[in-house]
Amino acid sequence: MDASKRSFLPIPHLAKREKMNIFAAMGIRVLAFVLGMLVCGIVASLLVKDISFNWKSMKSFYYCFYEGSFTTNRKLLAYIKDLAVLLCIGLALAPAFKMRFWNTGAEGQTLVGVLAAILVNFYLGGSGNPDIALGDLPLSLIMLVAAVLAGCIWAALPALFKARFNTNETLFTLMMNYVAKYLVSFSIVRFLTNANSSGSMKSLSSGRLPVLFTQMPSIDKPGTTFKIPQSLNDYLIVGCIVLIVTVFMFVYLKYTKHGYEISVVGESTRTAKYVGISVKKVIIRTMLVSGALCGLAGWLIAQVDKSVSTESSVHGQGFTAILVAWLARFNPIFMVATAGIVVFLNKGASRIATDYSISPSLPDVFIGIVLFFIIGSEFFVNYKLKFSFAGKAEEVSK
Amino acid sequence: MKKISAVVLALVLCVSMLSFGFAEGTTVKLGVILLHDEDSTYDLNFLNAVNQVAEDLGIEVVVRKNIPESNACYEAACELADDGCNVVFADSFGHESFMLAAAKEYPEVQFCHATGTMAHTEELDNFHNAFAAIYEGRFLAGVAAGLKLNELKEAGKLKGETPLMGYVGAFTYAEVISGYTSFYLGAKSVCPDVTMKVQFTGSWYDEMGEKAAAEALINAGCDLISQHADSWGAPTACEDAGIPNVSYNGSTVGRCPNTFIVSSRIDWAPYLTYVCTQVANGEPVDTDWVGTIATASVVITDINEQAAAPGTAEYVAGVKAQLEAGTLHVFDTATFTVNGEALTTYLADVDTDAAFTADTEVIFTDENGSFFNESDPALRSAPYFDVQIDGIELLNAKF
Repeated sequence: MDASKRSFLPIPHLAKREKMNIFAAMGIRVLAFVLGMLVCGIVASLLVKDISFNWKSMKSFYYCFYEGSFTTNRKLLAYIKDLAVLLCIGLALAPAFKMRFWNTGAEGQTLVGVLAAILVNFYLGGSGNPDIALGDLPLSLIMLVAAVLAGCIWAALPALFKARFNTNETLFTLMMNYVAKYLVSFSIVRFLTNANSSGSMKSLSSGRLPVLFTQMPSIDKPGTTFKIPQSLNDYLIVGCIVLIVTVFMFVYLKYTKHGYEISVVGESTRTAKYVGISVKKVIIRTMLVSGALCGLAGWLIAQVDKSVSTESSVHGQGFTAILVAWLARFNPIFMVATAGIVVFLNKGASRIATDYSISPSLPDVFIGIVLFFIIGSEFFVNYKLKFSFAGKAEEVSK
Repeated sequence: MKKISAVVLALVLCVSMLSFGFAEGTTVKLGVILLHDEDSTYDLNFLNAVNQVAEDLGIEVVVRKNIPESNACYEAACELADDGCNVVFADSFGHESFMLAAAKEYPEVQFCHATGTMAHTEELDNFHNAFAAIYEGRFLAGVAAGLKLNELKEAGKLKGETPLMGYVGAFTYAEVISGYTSFYLGAKSVCPDVTMKVQFTGSWYDEMGEKAAAEALINAGCDLISQHADSWGAPTACEDAGIPNVSYNGSTVGRCPNTFIVSSRIDWAPYLTYVCTQVANGEPVDTDWVGTIATASVVITDINEQAAAPGTAEYVAGVKAQLEAGTLHVFDTATFTVNGEALTTYLADVDTDAAFTADTEVIFTDENGSFFNESDPALRSAPYFDVQIDGIELLNAKF
């Protein structure tokens, strides 16, 4: 052995991990989140003149993040609603992605859901046609049916083409997003005539959800009760509906025959064929489920926003939901946490932009940093970083 | 005498305390919702006013930028109210219905919306609309344009027999129609044989589209161009072609030193000052408020001597004094005709509804004659002048 080649410095090398303890894996992810937030603080102190790297300044910086979501009753409920909508789209994507059907069209599938619900509300709720004005509950239900159907159609088209002609689903679903967007622009001008000069719609007042929640214990004034206004009642109902969907999706993927078929098709279509699963049928059926849930998310958005807009109705959540689903490894229960983190970051970031009056693009950088750390941590969940000395490595090779 | 005045003062104090119930000198915290950020000239104009008012009155201000015209606006407005703002102001037309929803949940907070149309029909005590009589500024800019045309005519530099102006508009809405008509009437007041062509782009901000529209108008023989859209498209097209330009929303003299004549814009600082002062004193805020040239809400920039006709500044100052005094009406029905006839009666769509029903008589008469009563605070602050008068040719329409 040549002594000159011997190194006294440890040489890092990577090894694939055996299946990691779930708590250890969670620990790594939490550590990554904390590290990411820490780096945000450092970057902020370097770039923003009102923030410096000391205890007091950093404390108010991080409090700002927290303040974005949790300091008032209204913010907490808005947080729950935003989380629920994003989660619902993520849940829609989970079965498709598990099947390795790269559905990049959740944005459009959700948007047509919003559009369908708003069109129904506009024409059957008394705004577009004064002769027909249904009551809140029946109108709301028809809106739901319309939204789910629209989402299904938008998802079924690429699925049919994939199953029949083996077209590329990533491009197909992606392009359908643009079709949806322009369909909305067109509909606002052509069909939703209460549109105004800036090309946006006035909010509708018909088709309200029933009032189920009237008060809750106040979080900003402990010991008192907070009287919930109707709009926030809607937020809570949205939260409840998505909670049910989460449980349903968990059971569907884990304990049903459908769920099993999805994972087999995802692992290998040949195996699926061999065991007698009709791949075409599974693809189409799963995409219908995916589209229906996107449509449901669209309905929830329509109920809350009471209007449709090309840019801000779905606002990129169809793509953010991919991240939410993927980080949680398509596990609906974990997705609650990943959606929660993403919404927390978004709200915190916009709060920082306001409080420090900085350009809204800088907080987007913060979101990027934290997500980068969390995604990066997946590497350490899958691989082990080992250190060894050159001599030792050779001994092993002997 | 002293006794009486003391009694009167005491009475006034009692009444004011009874009727409003506010403590003297409420601390004002102003919340502002902007559609974009400072990169948009429209929002920057608001932001500058907000910063100026914050400094002048020494009040705390919270600004939320990039708030879309959706439920996000409602949430932002509620958050501002929760954060202790007692005045919440939004700057974009589409924010209105969402501001209204927030206003219903926070009756003790004043919600003020620029350019909106719904306050006078909603009848909420804490929801208000505001606009400015920008047509007065346009009229003055039109006077400057007319003087320039006269100069060209005398020098024999007109492209055609009679002076022709071109106008690049965004949409065929009342706000734009009111703008180009007042501009045309201003020019006509000094240059009686002027006519005008209008080209719409269908967008508030489309640099290439506005430039192309301006170039088309120049090629069609226009001697002077003006515009109602937010980009640099039209002014730069004019500078390239050496055609005089009357601008909007701020001076373009920096990039167009040889062709920029004058520009008009709305200054929102007087309105914000008014609202904050009313709230501080516990006084109610007007449902519809219209700033005028007399309240300094409508301002015109310095006139660019290099491009304007000699003596423009003095002449415009004289017309401005007449407007301030109220002796001159911009939409004086004696100065224009519709299909060859004078306008004696007109129903405008003042109350917003889906079918755009014309509902209110807007031809008024005072000691200075009959006039179209645009943006009367007793009716509605946002413009409703949508008459197509003789002398103006629309080349297209965009809704």
